[in-house]
Parts: sequence; C-alpha cells; structure tokens
Amino acid sequence: MSVTAQAPSTSTALTVGKRIANSSFVRMTRYILRRLLTLFTTVVVGVYLTILIANMGGYVDQIIRGQIRDNVTQSVAASPSAQIMDPETRRKLIEERIALEEKRRGLDTPIAVRNFRYLTNALQLDLGRAINLTSDSGSKQVRLILLERLPATLLLMGTSQLFLFFSSVFIALNLARHYGSFWDKLIIALSPSSAVPPWFYGIFLILIFAAGLKILPFGGMVDSPPPSNPFDYAVSVLKHLALPGFSLIISSFFLSVYNYRTFFLIYSSEDYVDMARAKGLQAKDIERRYILRPTLPNIITNFSLLIISLWTGALFTETVFLWPGLGRTLFQAIGLYDTPIIVGSTVIYAYLLATTVFLLNFVYALVDPRVKVGG
Amino acid sequence: MNNLKASFQKLLMYPSAMMGIAAILALVVVSIYAMITIPYPEAIRLWRGGEDVWYRNPKFAPPAWINLFSSKKYSESFAVGTADGGMTKTAAPGKNDSTNYEMVHEFDFNYDVYPQDMILYFTSTFKKKQPFASIELVTPDDRTIRIANFVIGNKFTYRFSQDEKLRAKLRADENIPALFSDPETGNVLKGTYRLIITGTTFEPGSDMDVEFVSHGQVFGLAGTDHARRDLTLPLLWGAPVALAFGLMVAIGTTVLTMVIAAVGTWYSGWLDELIQRITEVNLVLPFFALLIMIGTFYSRSIWVILTATILLSIFTGAILGYRAIFLQVKESMYIEAAKAYGASNRRIIFVYLIPRMIPLLIPSLVQAVPAFVFLEASLAVIGLGDPILPTWGKIIQDAQSNGALFKGYYYWVLEPAALLMVTGLAFAVLGFALDRIFNPRLREV
Repeated sequence: MSVTAQAPSTSTALTVGKRIANSSFVRMTRYILRRLLTLFTTVVVGVYLTILIANMGGYVDQIIRGQIRDNVTQSVAASPSAQIMDPETRRKLIEERIALEEKRRGLDTPIAVRNFRYLTNALQLDLGRAINLTSDSGSKQVRLILLERLPATLLLMGTSQLFLFFSSVFIALNLARHYGSFWDKLIIALSPSSAVPPWFYGIFLILIFAAGLKILPFGGMVDSPPPSNPFDYAVSVLKHLALPGFSLIISSFFLSVYNYRTFFLIYSSEDYVDMARAKGLQAKDIERRYILRPTLPNIITNFSLLIISLWTGALFTETVFLWPGLGRTLFQAIGLYDTPIIVGSTVIYAYLLATTVFLLNFVYALVDPRVKVGG
Repeated sequence: MNNLKASFQKLLMYPSAMMGIAAILALVVVSIYAMITIPYPEAIRLWRGGEDVWYRNPKFAPPAWINLFSSKKYSESFAVGTADGGMTKTAAPGKNDSTNYEMVHEFDFNYDVYPQDMILYFTSTFKKKQPFASIELVTPDDRTIRIANFVIGNKFTYRFSQDEKLRAKLRADENIPALFSDPETGNVLKGTYRLIITGTTFEPGSDMDVEFVSHGQVFGLAGTDHARRDLTLPLLWGAPVALAFGLMVAIGTTVLTMVIAAVGTWYSGWLDELIQRITEVNLVLPFFALLIMIGTFYSRSIWVILTATILLSIFTGAILGYRAIFLQVKESMYIEAAKAYGASNRRIIFVYLIPRMIPLLIPSLVQAVPAFVFLEASLAVIGLGDPILPTWGKIIQDAQSNGALFKGYYYWVLEPAALLMVTGLAFAVLGFALDRIFNPRLREV
C-alpha cells in the first residue's frame, strides 16, 4: 500500500474563498491563515484520537499499574534489607515506592488531564520519555529512540522508494511512447502482482536466497558481530539490505509503472499534444514540454507523499526481516504499551503530512501557471 | 442492466479474468466443502484441542505426496488399534482365571527414512492384579526381536525410542533405526514387519487394549506443524475465513464510502464539510499502527478487526474521488427532472445517484479484496491473528516463529503462501480486467 502504487492523484485541495475585491496580498494572507488553521486542527484532532486509542480509555494505565506493582514488589523482596523488616513495614515500603513510581509516571493525575497534557506536549514536539523501550545507547528519550532508528528506515525505504519512483517514471515514459508493444503488454499483464504485499514477497525471497541458495542473510541489518572495517561493514549492510529492499520494490513496481504509463498516455492524447506533433516537434520536446509539464503537479504530489511515507517505515516488511527501523520500533512499542513512542511517531508524521500539503499549494502555483494560490 | 450484462460478456475476452473467476469459484467450493465436512465446533476442536487430539501425528512432517518427487522414500505415519479393529486381537483362556491375549499388526516398511518414533498406548481394566504385556517385533528376515515386557496400569504408554534397556540390547545409538536395519550391513531392511504383543490378564472380566502409533517422516495431504496438528484443517478452513474477511471488508468499505459520499454531496453544506474534515483527519492517522493497537489493546477477534478496518478505510482518498464525480452527476438533467417531479431526497440518492456509480463500484470492490485478504494475513503474521480461528496467516506465523525457513520445513510456509497468493491474484486479475471494461478510457490506451 505504498504511495507510489496509488493512481497519480489529482487532489489539489484548494478551498475556494469568497472573492472580495481585495488586493491579492490580503487574499493570499487570508487563504494561508485559513489553510494553516484547518491543517493544524486536523493534526490536533488526529493526534488526540491516537492518544485516546493508545491509552484505551485507561486500560493501558491498569496494565502499567500492574507492571509497577510487580516490579516494585519483586525488587523490594529481592533486596537484602527487606529480608529483616517486619511484614508491616515492608508492605508500607512497597506501597510508598509504588506511589512514588506512579507519580513519576504521572499516573496520579486523572486520565483526561493527562491526555490533554500529552497532546500539548506532543504538539510542541516534546516527546517525553518511553515507558519500556530504550535506545541502543541506553536512553529512554523518545526523541533519541526515534532518531536512532531513523537511519535504518531511511536506508531501506529511501533506496527502495526512490529507485521505485525514478525507475517507474522513466520506464512509464518509454512505454507511453511505444504503447501496445511487447514490454507494454508485459507490464499490463504483471501489474496485478502488486496486490501482494512486500513482506509476502519477502518470505519467498528468504526461501530462495537465504534458505535455499544460502547467499544472503535471513534478516537483520549487519552481521553479528558487526565488522570493524568500514568497507566490510558497508558490504554487510548491503547484503542485508538486498532482500527487504528488493521485496519492497517488486511488490509495487509493475502497478506503479502501469499507473504512470496510463497517466502519461491520457495526457498525451490531449489536443495540444497532437498539435505539437503536427507541427513536427521532436518526440523528446513533446515529452518534456507537453506531457511532463502538465503532469508535474501530480508527480510532485506523489513524490512528496513518498518522501513523508519514509517516516512511517515498512512495518510488516521490517518485522519479517528483523530490520531495526521505525516501523518495527512502532510495532514493538505497541506490544509493550509504550504510548509515548506511538504518539511521538504519529505526531511527527502528522506534522510532516500537514506541512507537505500546505507547501504543495504553493508548489502547484509555481509549476502550473493555471493554478492561483487562494483560488 | 443490459449494459452491465454486456460488460460482463466482455470479460470472456480476458483469459486472465476467466482464470481469476475459476480460481475464485474453486476457493468458494473449497470453503463450502470445508464448512460442511468439518463444522465450526469440530474445526476449533481439531485446531485447539490439545495433545489428546494430535498425539497420533508426527511433528514437523512434510506432506506424504513429497514421496512422489523424492528419490528417498520417507516413512508414512499410521495409527492402528485393537479397539477399532485395525489390529487383530485374539483371546485364549489360561489357568487360574487368567486370559492370554495376542495382538498382532503386520505392516510394510518400504521406505528409506526411518520413522520419527513408534508408540504403544495401552489401556486396561482390572480390579487388583495389573495385566502384563510383552512385545516382539518380527523382521522380514525372520529375526524376532524381543522389545520389552512390563506390567501395565489403567493407562500405559510405551515409546520405542525412549527405552534405555532396548538400546542396550540392540547395542545402538538410536532404537528406531536399529529396529529397521539389517544388523550386518546397517542398511534399511525393507519388507513386512510384524509387531506381536502378548498380554495376560489375571482376573475374570479384566481386559486390555492397545493402540499402535507410528510417527512417520511424512503425514497426510498437508503435513503437520510443531504441535503435531494436521495442516489440512487450517488450509481448508483458511479459505472461508480469508474469503469472508476480504469480501466483507471490501463490500463494507466500498458501499459505505459510496453512500456517504452521495449523501454528503447531495445535502452539501456542513455535512459535506464534516465528511471532508474527517477524511483529512483520517489521512493523518497511522492505519496499520491503529489496527495493531486495537489488536493488542482491545481484542484480536476477527470481527473487531473487520469493523475497525472498515471504519478506517471509509474516509480515504476514494471518498474524495466519488465526491468529485457525484458533484458532476448532481448537476445533470435527469436529476433536475427528478427534483421537478418531486422525488424525495432519499429516492434521488439511492435510485438516481448511486446506481450511476455501479460501473465504478464493481471493479474497485473486486480490486480491494486482495488488500484485505493480505491484511488479515499480515496481522496474523505479526501475531495479531484471531486467537481462535485457523487461518493461513496463522500457519505462516507459526512457521516463522518456529524458524521453518531456517530449519528447512519449506512446506509449512509454502502451502499457506501459495493459497494466499492464488486468492490475492485471482481477485486482482479479475478486478483489473473489470476496471478496463468499466472504465473505457483505460481500455483505449
């Protein structure tokens, strides 16, 4: 379900404001403010909903309370000084330490207040501390945990998605030029293969290359122990990257090419393209100036959505390949009821998406003279 | 409607679509067969029953048909008992109220790979004096190996592979290979073996029965997993679950999306605005993460996941697409006419607006199915499958968590994966053809 696999979208969310005989500056400022406000509200509502679900109306609190009680009781029971205490003092000590720990986690304030505090902190990008997960360097800061996993996801998603994007646009342009050819028909015939998700191809690839041929590793990101020589390290990472990267590419490739190809074909049947052909312009110029140019807003939209999709990582593929990226971290966080990480990941994605949507309005106006900011 | 019929006739021109339809029909037949022959409670019992249900099966055994493709023949599993007549049992009265039983089973062993284990399950009834049994194995070259003799209680289990005394007697590292080998060459000795159990009971009315189970290296049509479960059951039952989940979510999502889009555009105003805002919020929400949270925190039941998936999939880009088309349709002449003769809002929405969209609805509905079939499998693979139902995704998850690919149990992953692939591709191929038929603009290019 990657972004590039969807049909090139034509949604230019330009809300039409009332046209008052104002200067274009006032009109634009008004439009920008209104747009910022709606987008910000969207982010707030989205993040708040995520917080509500991630706390499940207090059920997660119960789980965490139970964990705290367990841990404290065990640690007190294990400490030598507790062995000589009388049961009453020990019980008191346990209760005190539970209360302290609950206060530290903020469990003593009511859930509604806490949700609101979560929300304001998250919106200020103050992501707080994780409950259970730690980064490899030992920190519990959500920011550091996410930053530590970011390079892994960027490496996997970045290489596969960028390759996918550029190769499919390039191949699609070629196919649009020779439509009806053997390769064109092959791509059409293979495009239903994208109904299968990447992790599923991953299992087959593991079967062939890791279990059968034994030339590539089953999962992970580097050999264990990691090679000390930087060159060997890079080679090892590349070897581990090959299978997950390839499964991400193969699962969207054909549909992506097909969609772009159809999209270009629709645009190349416009009258002005026929006109350009009749004038005897070169195929290259027609492609660049008459086909690519009007499709640019859509291509830019797809590309920018692709870039922000890098943030979410590939949850299932990363899990199947044990790739230490953001998607797998999110999955682990959910399994450990680690609300701060879930909320942190969501709020960053929401901001990225809102910013992109906002900026796209202006990009459209830049690349397409027919579009005017603010309608 | 004639239009629809003509469109479906065009499907005949797409061989891939016909293959897709054939595969879908086959899956439907398998589903019905599974649900009739193994009713739901029985399926759950076989899937979650415990060791009592699965003790006859070997562990990690590939399907029996791999023998057709393998030059080495793997021993097959069997289970016979005196209670069901699979094993002969003769009784002869002895001295002092005692009875002598002879229970014999003759079996062919023409394999190259020894069985995993052989087990005898004794049951007996007595008041004070426990019955006695001794076991012998007669090999094809007419050697008689005395395996063991022991007193049996109400229930007694004898495992050939675990018997230390037998190991010492055979002077071998492992009992089972030693029993089925030529003592001089050490090679497999093929031929007919005879297991003879002679038992004596010492009281009137005392009786004994035995079940002889051989855990072979291969089992049944689909093989078994780590818990000795026969994989035929989840493979069969996975079909109705996958089809039901995929179709219900796809229908629920596409129909609801269309109805909501139609209602929103028709009434416009705040309702339309609200729908657009909800869609924007939904785009911000992390879809998979939410589903995983619901699975982890609330319930892994397939119905909860199904509802959540539908709710999260309604307000997506598709609703904006439908909205754009409805806005155009809303302005057309026949809607004007309907308004003029005083048709109610509901009539206009459900009789005039929505039917216009059916050509768009059908392909997108069919194309949406694979995504949801795989979604169910994806959730199962990361451990969030329905805890009760046997599904394809759960087989893959069991296999993954037991290192099936690493240890070479390929059948365990390949069987459910192949079925998932067939299901997904069948709908994808059909939907793709329908899309080209119903959206002529695509067909031209």
